[in-house]
Amino acid sequence: MWGRLSLDALPHDMITIGGVVGGGLALLAAVAALTYFKKWRWLWTNWLTSLDPKKIGVMYLVVATIMLLRGLADASMLRAQQAIFATSDAGPISSDMFQQVFSAHGTIMIFFVAMGALFGLLNLIVPLQIGSRDVAFPMLNSISFWLFVAGMVLMNVSLAVGEFSTAGWLAYPPLSGLEYSPGTGVDYWIWSLQIAGIGSLLSGINFLITIFTLRRPGMTLKKMPIFIWAVIGCLLLVAFAFPILTATLSLLSLDRTIGTHFFTSTMGGNPMMYVNLIWAWGHPEVYILVLPAFGIFSEIVPVFSKKRLFGYTSMVVALMAITILSFTVWLHHFFTMGAGANVNAFFGIMTMVIAIPTGVKVFNWIFTMFRGRVTFATPMLWFMGFVVTFTIGGLTGVLLAVPGIDFQVHNSLFLVAHFHNMIIGGVLFGFFAGVTYWWPKFTGFRLHEGLGKIAFWCWLIGFMLAFLPLYALGLMGAARRIDGYDASLGWQELFVVAGIGMLVILVGVLFQVLQVAYSVWKRRELRVGSDPWGGRTLEWSTSTPIAEYNFAQLTPVTHRDEFWEQKRPGHNKQAAPALTSIQVPKNTSLGIVIGMLAGVIGFAIIWHIWWLAFVCLVATIVTVIVATLREDTERIITVDEIVETEKRLRGATS
Amino acid sequence: MSTLALRDLKLLNFKTNSGFWLYLMTDCILFASLFATYIVLHGGTAGGPTSRDIFELPMALTETIILLTSSFTCGLALLALRQENLKQLVVWLGVTYVLGIAFLTIELTEFSSLIQAGHGWQQSAFLSAFFTLVGTHGLHIFIGLLWLFTMVIVLFKRGFTPKLKRQLGLFALFWHFLDLVWIFIFTVVYLMGVMPS
Amino acid sequence: MTKRSDEYSRTLTKYVIGFLASLALTMFAYALVSGRILTGDSLLLVIGGLALVQMIVQLFFFLHMADESRPRFRLVSFGFMLSILVIVVAGSLWIMYHLNYNMMGMSAAEKDTYMTSQKDKGF
Repeated sequence: MWGRLSLDALPHDMITIGGVVGGGLALLAAVAALTYFKKWRWLWTNWLTSLDPKKIGVMYLVVATIMLLRGLADASMLRAQQAIFATSDAGPISSDMFQQVFSAHGTIMIFFVAMGALFGLLNLIVPLQIGSRDVAFPMLNSISFWLFVAGMVLMNVSLAVGEFSTAGWLAYPPLSGLEYSPGTGVDYWIWSLQIAGIGSLLSGINFLITIFTLRRPGMTLKKMPIFIWAVIGCLLLVAFAFPILTATLSLLSLDRTIGTHFFTSTMGGNPMMYVNLIWAWGHPEVYILVLPAFGIFSEIVPVFSKKRLFGYTSMVVALMAITILSFTVWLHHFFTMGAGANVNAFFGIMTMVIAIPTGVKVFNWIFTMFRGRVTFATPMLWFMGFVVTFTIGGLTGVLLAVPGIDFQVHNSLFLVAHFHNMIIGGVLFGFFAGVTYWWPKFTGFRLHEGLGKIAFWCWLIGFMLAFLPLYALGLMGAARRIDGYDASLGWQELFVVAGIGMLVILVGVLFQVLQVAYSVWKRRELRVGSDPWGGRTLEWSTSTPIAEYNFAQLTPVTHRDEFWEQKRPGHNKQAAPALTSIQVPKNTSLGIVIGMLAGVIGFAIIWHIWWLAFVCLVATIVTVIVATLREDTERIITVDEIVETEKRLRGATS
Repeated sequence: MSTLALRDLKLLNFKTNSGFWLYLMTDCILFASLFATYIVLHGGTAGGPTSRDIFELPMALTETIILLTSSFTCGLALLALRQENLKQLVVWLGVTYVLGIAFLTIELTEFSSLIQAGHGWQQSAFLSAFFTLVGTHGLHIFIGLLWLFTMVIVLFKRGFTPKLKRQLGLFALFWHFLDLVWIFIFTVVYLMGVMPS
Repeated sequence: MTKRSDEYSRTLTKYVIGFLASLALTMFAYALVSGRILTGDSLLLVIGGLALVQMIVQLFFFLHMADESRPRFRLVSFGFMLSILVIVVAGSLWIMYHLNYNMMGMSAAEKDTYMTSQKDKGF
């Protein structure tokens, strides 16, 4: 009746029990607070069932932040284990646990932190920057978010019920096949990602169509903010790479549930095909993560240099080149698998080629700053940190692109240092910069600068301490994913330095938490207007807080950096169209229902509770049919309401 | 309809059609992954039957002609929709539906006879890839038929609403696309699987 | 009414032509294989080509790709998809062919025996 689920599935070791109890208490505290302050209705109506992308965006960011904390906890355990091991031939966690922790760490950071922050930012910024009121498919947007949550829930449930995968963040067979991983771990991994992945794919389609069809009249492609171009590149990759992931995860799942032989070692299967397919998705994935970060910096640097972006056209060309090229390099992740010199040479060369457009972008940012009036507010600091860190990572990437060199350092700590360099220096610093930059637009107050600066320096120094030693260790022969290195190797000091670096990063995170808490507390003193930085793009033309409908009138656009042009003296204002009533999507719980059902389907398949999976699948189909048949989906905001809202928000007649 | 409402409807139709087309493009990549897997693994017969041993070309041809015809009748249904000719629309949709059922029936018969002969997906990588590629296409057909069935019910209940017209247009896109994918299944799996080496 | 029925008959003609052309292409490919008219690589190329031609026929006669007004979203997105598809599929086949050649020297039976013996040793 309950498949292979039994009481044995509950955790047995202290660390996991601690994590589960801690998480459970936090959840309980949240529930208690909501009940005490009687905020359930508010939460349901204002947030959970809302189809407003501004709300959905915030929810994505909240989930991503929570998962960041879990991912950092995982990382701390890994660092502690490797730093302590040599002292006594044992560290704080067991070998099996170590395997689960690094697998969870990678999976969480990429799929739930980075992708979550990405879609959060897209929801918040894209409609505003293109001057639209909403995304193309609001209902689908909600479904995407709740599918993401379902995946995240499964990821966390694996702590409490069952185990997690020990096969790394990409689960190569044969290790991830039924024979060597018979438990539920890999299944949790598969279904968390499958469900969240479908959410991502739907969002990719949604936002591409949004940008394509809902831009402000007059906003031709060449007048779009550069962030939107970066997002287009990212979304094209999402749309055309994620189906490969869906297919590959399905094939692995079929191997594990109904006895197919795609990736088994015998019966004609070919595990190398998995590696090939997963990286055909996996390489575009890392560009999915980094392109929006490039876009964020392209927005920030001009604003904080008070100078327009240098080389807009070459930036666009570079972005599109990176997008297409990212589909031509994937083999560099498995040079050593044995495809031979010709194949390796081709992909090695393509990998070096893809570094070129990125270099173009870095130069363009620097040229933007040249002869500008640069101010080093926190967002700009994150940019400077990015330039330094990402360049180092890029250089090691070009090294790795040479197959001969890669044969020496593949799967060593050199590789680990390289990709953390790119993701932390590029993606994470980019998101921190973006959050700090756009925070006042949505909240009406700035984040405290001093605390932000301290946090930045902690992250930068901490990152250097935590990862530069790993380059050295990798070159000396340290392989990755090993829970302890013998003391006689003499490597312990470097691991200790890396451990200290991790602690410095954690201090940085602490300061970020403090920054947010303090800023919320002191928000009256930190209050700013609707355009605190001197923005150039349309999102800064809205009021703060932003009206539900974003813009009262969809005035046509005539320039790139339209808002900047509007602020210049002597600018001829475009005639605003007459006020009309505005339709906004009504709230709906269908997204939550579909998300929940998907989560239960995943759980049921993992534990082989087939009847439950089937029942929920039928229920999902019914819900989807109901969703497509909805008639009364819009709420009207009358002209009077608009005038009233504008007066209230802007303090003057519009 | 007012000019404003008409413009809104045009935009709604445009973005919905574009969005659905984009989804179909992503589905092509999904099928491409399955095709690549099939081609890589079709030699992995593990001592079991090869494609030449189990595929019956006349049956595959029958399926192909049935699906092609249903794609044609689906087009005719769309024509009737544009004329708002309810009777013709229902007739052509009905024929499309029956042909779809016929296609699925033949496919399921093929599958079950293979499984009963011991040549299920567990026997080899080749068979795993075959069942998955062809089965995924069949699953899409099944979902399409379910969708069509629902829409016909809505058609009788609510008549020719702009929403229903739009949705029938999307279904037609979906159905034509499935026939396109089948051309490649017929060619790569059956024709190339049966041809003399 | 005339304009409407003009469009109607044009579209109807397209559907009929598309249907008959697809049917012919299918039958031709079938005949080539079942009648053993061609064999080997040349057969592969021809029926592959026939499939591509039928795809183009159906794209233009059933899916009305040419009738799209600017901006040609469907055409561009199809072209982009096709490029990615070719890169991923051709790339995968090229990679796997070389991997198999280099790494899968054993026959399936030999591989079975080897893997079983490794498993018995406890790996």
